[in-house]
Amino acid sequence: MEADRSNREGLMGWLNPGRYGWERVSYWLQRLTGVGLLAYFIGHVFETSSLTQGPDAWAAMLELTQTPLGHTILLLVIGMSTYHSANGIRLIFAHGGKGLGKPGRPDYPYDAVSLNYRQKSGIWIALILAAVAMLYGASVLFGGE
Amino acid sequence: MTEQVIEKIESMEKKREKEKHGKETIRSSVVLKIYRANKRAGEQPHYDSVEVPVQRWTTVLDALLHAKQYKDPSIGIRYSCRMASCGSCGMKINGIPRLACYTKVSELEGSTVTVEPLANFPHIRDLVTDFAQFFSHHHDVKPFVQNENADIKDKNKLSEFMQSPEDLDKFLQFSYCIKCGLCYSACPTVATDTKFPGPQALSQAYRYFIDNRDNATKDRINIVDDKHGIWRCHFAGSCSSVCPKGVDPALGIQLLRGHMLGFSKNEKKIADLQDRLRKDEEAKQ
Ligand code: HEM
Ligand code: SF4
Ligand code: FES
Repeated sequence: MEADRSNREGLMGWLNPGRYGWERVSYWLQRLTGVGLLAYFIGHVFETSSLTQGPDAWAAMLELTQTPLGHTILLLVIGMSTYHSANGIRLIFAHGGKGLGKPGRPDYPYDAVSLNYRQKSGIWIALILAAVAMLYGASVLFGGE
Repeated sequence: MTEQVIEKIESMEKKREKEKHGKETIRSSVVLKIYRANKRAGEQPHYDSVEVPVQRWTTVLDALLHAKQYKDPSIGIRYSCRMASCGSCGMKINGIPRLACYTKVSELEGSTVTVEPLANFPHIRDLVTDFAQFFSHHHDVKPFVQNENADIKDKNKLSEFMQSPEDLDKFLQFSYCIKCGLCYSACPTVATDTKFPGPQALSQAYRYFIDNRDNATKDRINIVDDKHGIWRCHFAGSCSSVCPKGVDPALGIQLLRGHMLGFSKNEKKIADLQDRLRKDEEAKQ
Protein backbone atom coordinates (compact mmCIF):
# COMPACT_ATOMS: atom_id res chain seq x y z
CA MET A 1 0.00 0.00 0.00
CA GLU A 2 1.77 3.09 -1.31
CA ALA A 3 -0.15 5.61 0.78
CA ASP A 4 0.61 3.70 3.93
CA ARG A 5 4.29 3.31 3.17
CA SER A 6 4.85 7.01 2.58
CA ASN A 7 2.64 7.93 5.54
CA ARG A 8 1.15 10.90 3.67
CA GLU A 9 -1.77 12.54 5.36
CA GLY A 10 -3.55 12.71 2.01
CA LEU A 11 -7.07 14.08 2.06
CA MET A 12 -7.27 13.56 5.80
CA GLY A 13 -4.68 16.31 6.19
CA TRP A 14 -6.92 18.49 4.08
CA LEU A 15 -10.04 17.69 6.03
CA ASN A 16 -9.27 18.79 9.58
CA PRO A 17 -8.60 22.51 9.36
CA GLY A 18 -8.96 23.34 13.04
CA ARG A 19 -5.55 22.15 14.20
CA TYR A 20 -3.42 24.89 12.70
CA GLY A 21 -5.31 28.12 13.23
CA TRP A 22 -7.26 30.58 11.11
CA GLU A 23 -5.02 30.52 8.06
CA ARG A 24 -5.61 26.80 7.62
CA VAL A 25 -9.36 27.31 8.07
CA SER A 26 -9.21 30.03 5.41
CA TYR A 27 -7.37 27.71 3.03
CA TRP A 28 -9.96 25.03 3.58
CA LEU A 29 -12.94 27.37 3.12
CA GLN A 30 -11.39 28.97 0.02
CA ARG A 31 -11.14 25.55 -1.59
CA LEU A 32 -14.54 24.37 -0.40
CA THR A 33 -16.27 27.57 -1.59
CA GLY A 34 -14.24 27.48 -4.83
CA VAL A 35 -15.46 23.97 -5.59
CA GLY A 36 -18.98 24.95 -4.49
CA LEU A 37 -18.95 27.97 -6.80
CA LEU A 38 -17.67 25.82 -9.65
CA ALA A 39 -20.59 23.42 -9.10
CA TYR A 40 -22.97 26.39 -8.97
CA PHE A 41 -21.42 27.86 -12.12
CA ILE A 42 -21.96 24.63 -14.05
CA GLY A 43 -25.55 24.45 -12.77
CA HIS A 44 -25.99 28.10 -13.63
CA VAL A 45 -24.84 27.63 -17.24
CA PHE A 46 -27.22 24.66 -17.49
CA GLU A 47 -30.06 26.73 -16.02
CA THR A 48 -29.58 29.75 -18.28
CA SER A 49 -29.08 27.56 -21.36
CA SER A 50 -32.75 26.60 -20.98
CA LEU A 51 -33.48 30.03 -22.48
CA THR A 52 -32.66 28.57 -25.88
CA GLN A 53 -35.64 26.24 -25.45
CA GLY A 54 -38.03 29.14 -25.21
CA PRO A 55 -39.66 31.18 -22.44
CA ASP A 56 -41.64 28.27 -21.00
CA ALA A 57 -38.59 26.13 -20.36
CA TRP A 58 -36.88 29.14 -18.75
CA ALA A 59 -39.88 29.81 -16.52
CA ALA A 60 -40.01 26.16 -15.50
CA MET A 61 -36.34 26.32 -14.61
CA LEU A 62 -36.87 29.47 -12.52
CA GLU A 63 -39.63 27.69 -10.62
CA LEU A 64 -37.02 25.27 -9.31
CA THR A 65 -35.30 28.04 -7.37
CA GLN A 66 -38.59 29.20 -5.84
CA THR A 67 -38.68 26.31 -3.34
CA PRO A 68 -37.25 26.38 0.21
CA LEU A 69 -34.45 24.11 -0.97
CA GLY A 70 -33.77 26.36 -3.95
CA HIS A 71 -33.66 29.37 -1.64
CA THR A 72 -31.29 27.63 0.74
CA ILE A 73 -28.94 26.78 -2.11
CA LEU A 74 -29.03 30.39 -3.34
CA LEU A 75 -28.29 31.55 0.20
CA LEU A 76 -25.26 29.27 0.32
CA VAL A 77 -24.12 30.62 -3.04
CA ILE A 78 -24.37 34.18 -1.65
CA GLY A 79 -22.27 33.22 1.36
CA MET A 80 -19.75 31.24 -0.69
CA SER A 81 -19.23 33.93 -3.31
CA THR A 82 -18.88 36.69 -0.72
CA TYR A 83 -16.36 34.76 1.35
CA HIS A 84 -14.49 33.47 -1.70
CA SER A 85 -14.05 36.86 -3.35
CA ALA A 86 -13.25 38.81 -0.16
CA ASN A 87 -10.75 36.22 1.05
CA GLY A 88 -9.56 35.76 -2.55
CA ILE A 89 -8.55 39.42 -2.74
CA ARG A 90 -6.59 39.05 0.50
CA LEU A 91 -4.90 35.93 -0.92
CA ILE A 92 -3.96 37.62 -4.19
CA PHE A 93 -1.95 40.20 -2.25
CA ALA A 94 -0.60 37.70 0.27
CA HIS A 95 0.57 35.34 -2.50
CA GLY A 96 2.68 38.22 -3.79
CA GLY A 97 4.18 38.83 -0.38
CA LYS A 98 2.08 41.93 0.38
CA GLY A 99 0.78 42.57 3.89
CA LEU A 100 2.91 39.84 5.42
CA GLY A 101 5.55 41.89 7.19
CA LYS A 102 9.30 41.79 6.80
CA PRO A 103 11.81 39.12 7.70
CA GLY A 104 13.82 40.07 10.76
CA ARG A 105 15.63 38.50 13.66
CA PRO A 106 13.38 35.90 15.24
CA ASP A 107 13.25 35.87 19.00
CA TYR A 108 11.50 33.70 21.54
CA PRO A 109 8.60 32.74 21.30
CA TYR A 110 9.24 32.80 17.54
CA ASP A 111 5.80 33.85 16.36
CA ALA A 112 5.68 34.00 12.57
CA VAL A 113 5.18 37.51 11.14
CA SER A 114 3.27 36.19 8.14
CA LEU A 115 0.50 34.95 10.43
CA ASN A 116 -0.12 38.50 11.64
CA TYR A 117 -3.33 40.21 12.65
CA ARG A 118 -3.70 41.97 9.30
CA GLN A 119 -4.05 38.55 7.70
CA LYS A 120 -6.28 37.15 10.43
CA SER A 121 -8.49 40.26 10.28
CA GLY A 122 -8.77 39.74 6.53
CA ILE A 123 -10.12 36.23 7.15
CA TRP A 124 -12.51 37.45 9.85
CA ILE A 125 -13.75 40.30 7.67
CA ALA A 126 -14.42 37.86 4.81
CA LEU A 127 -16.38 35.64 7.22
CA ILE A 128 -18.35 38.58 8.64
CA LEU A 129 -19.14 39.92 5.16
CA ALA A 130 -20.36 36.48 4.13
CA ALA A 131 -22.58 36.26 7.23
CA VAL A 132 -24.00 39.75 6.63
CA ALA A 133 -24.64 39.00 2.95
CA MET A 134 -26.37 35.76 3.90
CA LEU A 135 -28.51 37.52 6.50
CA TYR A 136 -29.56 40.13 4.00
CA GLY A 137 -30.16 37.43 1.39
CA ALA A 138 -32.28 35.46 3.86
CA SER A 139 -34.36 38.53 4.65
CA VAL A 140 -35.04 39.03 0.93
CA LEU A 141 -35.54 35.37 0.03
CA PHE A 142 -37.48 34.15 3.04
CA GLY A 143 -38.92 37.36 4.49
CA GLY A 144 -41.94 39.36 3.43
CA GLU A 145 -43.96 36.64 1.78
CA MET B 1 24.42 46.68 28.36
CA THR B 2 24.30 43.20 29.91
CA GLU B 3 21.91 44.44 32.58
CA GLN B 4 19.61 45.85 29.95
CA VAL B 5 19.57 42.55 28.09
CA ILE B 6 18.83 40.63 31.29
CA GLU B 7 16.05 43.06 32.12
CA LYS B 8 14.56 42.64 28.67
CA ILE B 9 14.65 38.87 28.92
CA GLU B 10 13.12 38.94 32.39
CA SER B 11 10.28 41.17 31.30
CA MET B 12 9.67 38.98 28.27
CA GLU B 13 9.60 35.88 30.44
CA LYS B 14 7.17 37.51 32.83
CA LYS B 15 4.90 38.47 29.95
CA ARG B 16 5.09 34.96 28.59
CA GLU B 17 4.36 33.45 32.01
CA LYS B 18 1.28 35.67 32.28
CA GLU B 19 0.08 34.61 28.85
CA LYS B 20 0.69 30.98 29.60
CA HIS B 21 -0.71 31.10 33.09
CA GLY B 22 -3.81 29.00 33.24
CA LYS B 23 -2.64 27.11 30.18
CA GLU B 24 0.12 25.51 32.21
CA THR B 25 -0.96 22.46 34.16
CA ILE B 26 1.10 21.07 37.00
CA ARG B 27 0.93 17.28 37.21
CA SER B 28 3.05 14.68 38.92
CA SER B 29 2.63 12.09 36.21
CA VAL B 30 1.38 11.73 32.69
CA VAL B 31 0.39 8.84 30.46
CA LEU B 32 2.33 8.66 27.22
CA LYS B 33 0.31 7.06 24.46
CA ILE B 34 3.04 5.95 22.11
CA TYR B 35 2.52 4.87 18.51
CA ARG B 36 4.29 1.55 17.98
CA ALA B 37 4.80 -0.24 14.67
CA ASN B 38 7.53 -2.16 12.94
CA LYS B 39 6.04 -3.40 9.76
CA ARG B 40 9.20 -5.05 8.51
CA ALA B 41 9.25 -7.24 11.61
CA GLY B 42 5.53 -7.87 11.27
CA GLU B 43 4.56 -5.65 14.20
CA GLN B 44 1.23 -4.01 13.38
CA PRO B 45 0.46 -0.41 14.40
CA HIS B 46 -0.86 -0.04 17.93
CA TYR B 47 -0.49 2.31 20.87
CA ASP B 48 1.35 1.54 24.10
CA SER B 49 0.40 3.51 27.18
CA VAL B 50 3.19 4.21 29.64
CA GLU B 51 2.83 6.29 32.79
CA VAL B 52 5.83 8.44 33.60
CA PRO B 53 6.53 10.92 36.42
CA VAL B 54 6.86 14.52 35.26
CA GLN B 55 7.93 17.82 36.68
CA ARG B 56 7.15 21.33 35.57
CA TRP B 57 10.09 21.41 33.22
CA THR B 58 9.81 17.88 31.84
CA THR B 59 9.75 17.86 28.06
CA VAL B 60 8.00 15.22 26.00
CA LEU B 61 11.45 13.95 25.02
CA ASP B 62 12.46 13.68 28.72
CA ALA B 63 9.26 11.74 29.35
CA LEU B 64 9.88 9.42 26.40
CA LEU B 65 13.46 8.80 27.47
CA HIS B 66 12.24 8.02 30.98
CA ALA B 67 9.80 5.50 29.50
CA LYS B 68 12.57 4.02 27.37
CA GLN B 69 15.00 3.84 30.27
CA TYR B 70 12.74 2.43 32.98
CA LYS B 71 9.70 0.87 31.31
CA ASP B 72 10.29 -0.28 27.75
CA PRO B 73 13.75 -0.07 26.13
CA SER B 74 12.36 -1.08 22.74
CA ILE B 75 10.66 2.28 22.05
CA GLY B 76 12.16 3.69 18.84
CA ILE B 77 12.91 7.45 18.97
CA ARG B 78 15.41 9.65 17.18
CA TYR B 79 16.95 12.57 19.04
CA SER B 80 20.31 14.11 19.60
CA CYS B 81 20.79 17.62 20.97
CA ARG B 82 17.79 17.86 23.35
CA MET B 83 17.84 21.62 22.79
CA ALA B 84 15.93 22.35 19.58
CA SER B 85 19.08 22.57 17.50
CA CYS B 86 19.57 19.31 15.65
CA GLY B 87 16.05 18.84 14.33
CA SER B 88 15.90 15.08 14.91
CA CYS B 89 13.13 14.73 17.48
CA GLY B 90 10.18 15.94 15.40
CA MET B 91 6.99 13.99 16.01
CA LYS B 92 3.27 14.50 16.20
CA ILE B 93 2.41 15.43 19.76
CA ASN B 94 -1.33 15.45 20.41
CA GLY B 95 -1.85 15.59 16.66
CA ILE B 96 0.42 18.55 15.89
CA PRO B 97 4.00 18.32 14.59
CA ARG B 98 6.39 19.55 17.28
CA LEU B 99 9.90 18.97 18.58
CA ALA B 100 9.69 16.59 21.54
CA CYS B 101 12.61 18.37 23.21
CA TYR B 102 10.97 21.78 22.82
CA THR B 103 7.53 20.84 24.12
CA LYS B 104 6.98 20.78 27.84
CA VAL B 105 4.42 18.31 29.12
CA SER B 106 3.01 21.12 31.26
CA GLU B 107 2.07 23.10 28.12
CA LEU B 108 -0.20 20.32 26.94
CA GLU B 109 -3.79 19.77 27.91
CA GLY B 110 -5.10 16.55 29.41
CA SER B 111 -3.29 13.87 31.35
CA THR B 112 -2.48 11.80 28.26
CA VAL B 113 0.16 12.82 25.74
CA THR B 114 -0.21 11.09 22.38
CA VAL B 115 3.01 10.78 20.40
CA GLU B 116 3.01 9.61 16.79
CA PRO B 117 5.50 9.67 13.92
CA LEU B 118 5.50 12.75 11.66
CA ALA B 119 2.95 12.53 8.88
CA ASN B 120 4.11 12.90 5.26
CA PHE B 121 7.38 11.08 6.00
CA PRO B 122 7.74 7.37 5.19
CA HIS B 123 7.55 5.41 8.39
CA ILE B 124 10.47 3.33 9.66
CA ARG B 125 9.66 2.21 13.18
CA ASP B 126 7.70 3.58 16.15
CA LEU B 127 8.36 7.33 16.17
CA VAL B 128 11.14 7.23 13.60
CA THR B 129 10.54 8.37 10.02
CA ASP B 130 12.59 8.50 6.83
CA PHE B 131 13.87 11.95 5.81
CA ALA B 132 15.47 10.93 2.49
CA GLN B 133 12.85 12.54 0.25
CA PHE B 134 12.66 15.67 2.41
CA PHE B 135 16.43 16.13 2.22
CA SER B 136 16.41 15.48 -1.51
CA HIS B 137 13.93 18.34 -2.00
CA HIS B 138 16.26 20.53 0.05
CA HIS B 139 19.17 19.40 -2.10
CA ASP B 140 17.23 20.16 -5.30
CA VAL B 141 17.00 23.89 -4.57
CA LYS B 142 20.84 24.10 -4.43
CA PRO B 143 21.13 25.37 -0.88
CA PHE B 144 24.47 27.13 -1.18
CA VAL B 145 25.70 30.50 -2.44
CA GLN B 146 26.44 30.26 -6.14
CA ASN B 147 28.73 32.77 -7.71
CA GLU B 148 31.21 31.51 -10.24
CA ASN B 149 32.89 34.95 -10.32
CA ALA B 150 33.75 35.00 -6.67
CA ASP B 151 37.46 34.89 -6.29
CA ILE B 152 38.21 34.49 -2.65
CA LYS B 153 41.92 35.12 -3.20
CA ASP B 154 41.34 38.59 -4.61
CA LYS B 155 40.88 40.88 -1.63
CA ASN B 156 39.45 43.73 -3.71
CA LYS B 157 36.70 41.62 -5.14
CA LEU B 158 36.05 40.09 -1.76
CA SER B 159 35.26 43.51 -0.35
CA GLU B 160 32.39 43.74 -2.82
CA PHE B 161 30.65 40.97 -0.93
CA MET B 162 30.50 42.74 2.36
CA GLN B 163 26.95 42.67 3.60
CA SER B 164 25.22 45.40 5.51
CA PRO B 165 23.04 44.41 8.47
CA GLU B 166 20.04 45.22 6.24
CA ASP B 167 21.28 42.80 3.57
CA LEU B 168 21.74 40.16 6.25
CA ASP B 169 18.27 40.68 7.70
CA LYS B 170 16.72 39.78 4.35
CA PHE B 171 17.74 36.15 4.68
CA LEU B 172 18.97 35.61 8.22
CA GLN B 173 15.75 34.22 9.63
CA PHE B 174 15.45 31.66 6.83
CA SER B 175 18.96 30.45 7.54
CA TYR B 176 17.87 29.45 11.06
CA CYS B 177 16.16 26.36 9.63
CA ILE B 178 17.24 23.16 11.40
CA LYS B 179 15.62 20.81 8.85
CA CYS B 180 13.36 19.25 11.45
CA GLY B 181 10.61 18.65 8.91
CA LEU B 182 7.76 19.90 11.09
CA CYS B 183 6.64 22.28 8.33
CA TYR B 184 6.79 19.48 5.76
CA SER B 185 4.59 17.38 7.99
CA ALA B 186 2.03 20.18 8.55
CA CYS B 187 1.73 21.26 4.91
CA PRO B 188 -1.57 20.29 3.23
CA THR B 189 0.03 20.34 -0.23
CA VAL B 190 2.84 17.99 0.81
CA ALA B 191 0.09 15.73 2.19
CA THR B 192 -1.08 14.96 -1.35
CA ASP B 193 1.87 15.78 -3.64
CA THR B 194 5.20 14.00 -3.27
CA LYS B 195 6.84 16.16 -5.96
CA PHE B 196 6.06 19.45 -4.22
CA PRO B 197 9.33 20.68 -2.66
CA GLY B 198 7.56 21.69 0.54
CA PRO B 199 7.89 24.73 2.78
CA GLN B 200 11.40 23.96 3.96
CA ALA B 201 12.97 23.67 0.50
CA LEU B 202 11.01 26.59 -0.96
CA SER B 203 11.95 28.92 1.87
CA GLN B 204 15.58 27.89 1.39
CA ALA B 205 15.24 28.73 -2.30
CA TYR B 206 14.29 32.23 -1.17
CA ARG B 207 17.07 32.35 1.42
CA TYR B 208 19.68 32.02 -1.36
CA PHE B 209 17.69 33.95 -3.96
CA ILE B 210 17.69 37.07 -1.79
CA ASP B 211 21.29 36.72 -0.61
CA ASN B 212 23.19 39.49 -2.42
CA ARG B 213 26.31 37.34 -2.79
CA ASP B 214 24.44 34.87 -4.98
CA ASN B 215 24.03 35.36 -8.72
CA ALA B 216 22.13 32.21 -9.69
CA THR B 217 18.88 34.20 -9.64
CA LYS B 218 17.46 32.83 -12.89
CA ASP B 219 18.46 29.27 -12.15
CA ARG B 220 16.82 29.45 -8.73
CA ILE B 221 13.57 30.72 -10.22
CA ASN B 222 13.62 28.01 -12.89
CA ILE B 223 13.93 25.32 -10.25
CA VAL B 224 10.83 26.38 -8.31
CA ASP B 225 8.80 27.53 -11.34
CA ASP B 226 7.46 24.05 -11.99
CA LYS B 227 4.10 22.33 -12.29
CA HIS B 228 4.71 20.83 -8.85
CA GLY B 229 6.68 23.84 -7.64
CA ILE B 230 6.04 27.08 -5.79
CA TRP B 231 2.60 27.68 -7.36
CA ARG B 232 1.20 24.78 -5.36
CA CYS B 233 1.57 26.77 -2.16
CA HIS B 234 -1.84 28.12 -1.12
CA PHE B 235 -0.62 29.98 1.95
CA ALA B 236 -2.42 27.82 4.49
CA GLY B 237 0.31 29.04 6.86
CA SER B 238 0.54 25.78 8.81
CA CYS B 239 4.28 25.51 8.14
CA SER B 240 4.88 28.84 9.87
CA SER B 241 2.58 27.99 12.73
CA VAL B 242 4.55 24.82 13.60
CA CYS B 243 8.11 25.99 12.85
CA PRO B 244 10.05 25.94 16.14
CA LYS B 245 12.77 28.35 14.97
CA GLY B 246 10.75 31.31 13.71
CA VAL B 247 11.84 30.64 10.13
CA ASP B 248 8.33 31.50 8.89
CA PRO B 249 8.69 29.46 5.68
CA ALA B 250 5.32 30.75 4.38
CA LEU B 251 6.76 34.28 4.40
CA GLY B 252 9.79 33.21 2.36
CA ILE B 253 7.61 31.42 -0.17
CA GLN B 254 5.24 34.38 -0.67
CA LEU B 255 8.17 36.81 -0.94
CA LEU B 256 9.83 34.64 -3.57
CA ARG B 257 6.55 34.37 -5.45
CA GLY B 258 6.17 38.15 -5.15
CA HIS B 259 9.46 38.51 -7.05
CA MET B 260 8.36 35.99 -9.68
CA LEU B 261 4.99 37.72 -10.16
CA GLY B 262 6.57 41.15 -10.32
CA PHE B 263 4.88 42.28 -7.09
CA SER B 264 8.24 43.13 -5.60
CA LYS B 265 10.80 45.37 -7.17
CA ASN B 266 13.69 43.36 -8.39
CA GLU B 267 16.33 44.74 -6.12
CA LYS B 268 19.64 44.73 -7.87
CA LYS B 269 22.03 42.45 -6.16
CA ILE B 270 25.72 43.20 -5.96
CA ALA B 271 26.40 39.81 -7.47
CA ASP B 272 24.12 40.49 -10.44
CA LEU B 273 25.56 43.96 -11.02
CA GLN B 274 29.07 42.56 -10.93
CA ASP B 275 28.03 40.00 -13.47
CA ARG B 276 26.74 42.65 -15.82
CA LEU B 277 29.86 44.79 -15.44
CA ARG B 278 31.99 41.79 -16.26
CA LYS B 279 29.97 41.02 -19.36
CA ASP B 280 30.11 44.66 -20.50
CA GLU B 281 33.87 44.62 -20.12
CA GLU B 282 34.16 41.37 -22.05
CA ALA B 283 32.02 42.85 -24.84
CA LYS B 284 34.33 45.86 -25.07
CA GLN B 285 37.45 43.76 -25.45
C1 HEM C 1 -14.10 37.80 -7.33
C2 HEM C 1 -14.01 36.59 -7.78
C3 HEM C 1 -12.95 35.59 -7.38
C4 HEM C 1 -11.73 35.82 -6.79
C5 HEM C 1 -11.10 37.13 -6.34
C6 HEM C 1 -11.12 34.50 -6.61
C7 HEM C 1 -9.87 34.28 -6.07
C8 HEM C 1 -9.38 33.04 -5.74
C9 HEM C 1 -8.13 32.82 -5.08
C10 HEM C 1 -7.12 33.88 -4.70
C11 HEM C 1 -8.01 31.49 -4.88
C12 HEM C 1 -6.91 30.79 -4.14
C13 HEM C 1 -5.85 30.24 -5.00
C14 HEM C 1 -4.80 29.60 -4.17
O1 HEM C 1 -4.99 29.39 -2.97
O2 HEM C 1 -3.72 29.35 -4.69
C15 HEM C 1 -9.17 30.85 -5.45
C16 HEM C 1 -9.39 29.48 -5.46
C17 HEM C 1 -10.42 28.86 -6.15
N1 HEM C 1 -11.42 29.50 -6.89
FE1 HEM C 1 -11.72 31.52 -6.98
N2 HEM C 1 -11.96 33.53 -7.12
C18 HEM C 1 -13.09 34.16 -7.60
C19 HEM C 1 -14.18 33.56 -8.18
C20 HEM C 1 -14.30 32.18 -8.40
C21 HEM C 1 -15.41 31.57 -9.13
C22 HEM C 1 -16.61 32.31 -9.75
C23 HEM C 1 -15.16 30.23 -9.14
C24 HEM C 1 -15.96 29.08 -9.76
C25 HEM C 1 -16.43 29.11 -10.96
C26 HEM C 1 -13.92 30.00 -8.45
C27 HEM C 1 -13.32 28.78 -8.26
C28 HEM C 1 -12.22 28.54 -7.47
C29 HEM C 1 -11.73 27.23 -7.11
C30 HEM C 1 -12.30 25.88 -7.56
C31 HEM C 1 -10.63 27.44 -6.27
C32 HEM C 1 -9.86 26.35 -5.54
C33 HEM C 1 -8.44 26.21 -5.93
C34 HEM C 1 -7.56 26.12 -4.72
O3 HEM C 1 -7.99 25.67 -3.66
O4 HEM C 1 -6.43 26.52 -4.82
N3 HEM C 1 -13.43 31.21 -8.02
N4 HEM C 1 -9.99 31.82 -5.97
S1 SF4 D 1 11.46 25.75 8.24
FE1 SF4 D 1 11.16 25.48 10.47
S2 SF4 D 1 9.77 23.70 10.63
FE2 SF4 D 1 10.61 23.68 8.55
S3 SF4 D 1 12.40 22.31 8.67
FE3 SF4 D 1 13.15 24.42 8.99
S4 SF4 D 1 13.16 24.72 11.22
FE4 SF4 D 1 11.88 22.90 10.80
S1 FES E 1 16.72 16.55 20.10
FE1 FES E 1 17.67 18.00 18.74
S2 FES E 1 15.95 19.16 18.10
FE2 FES E 1 15.07 17.92 19.65
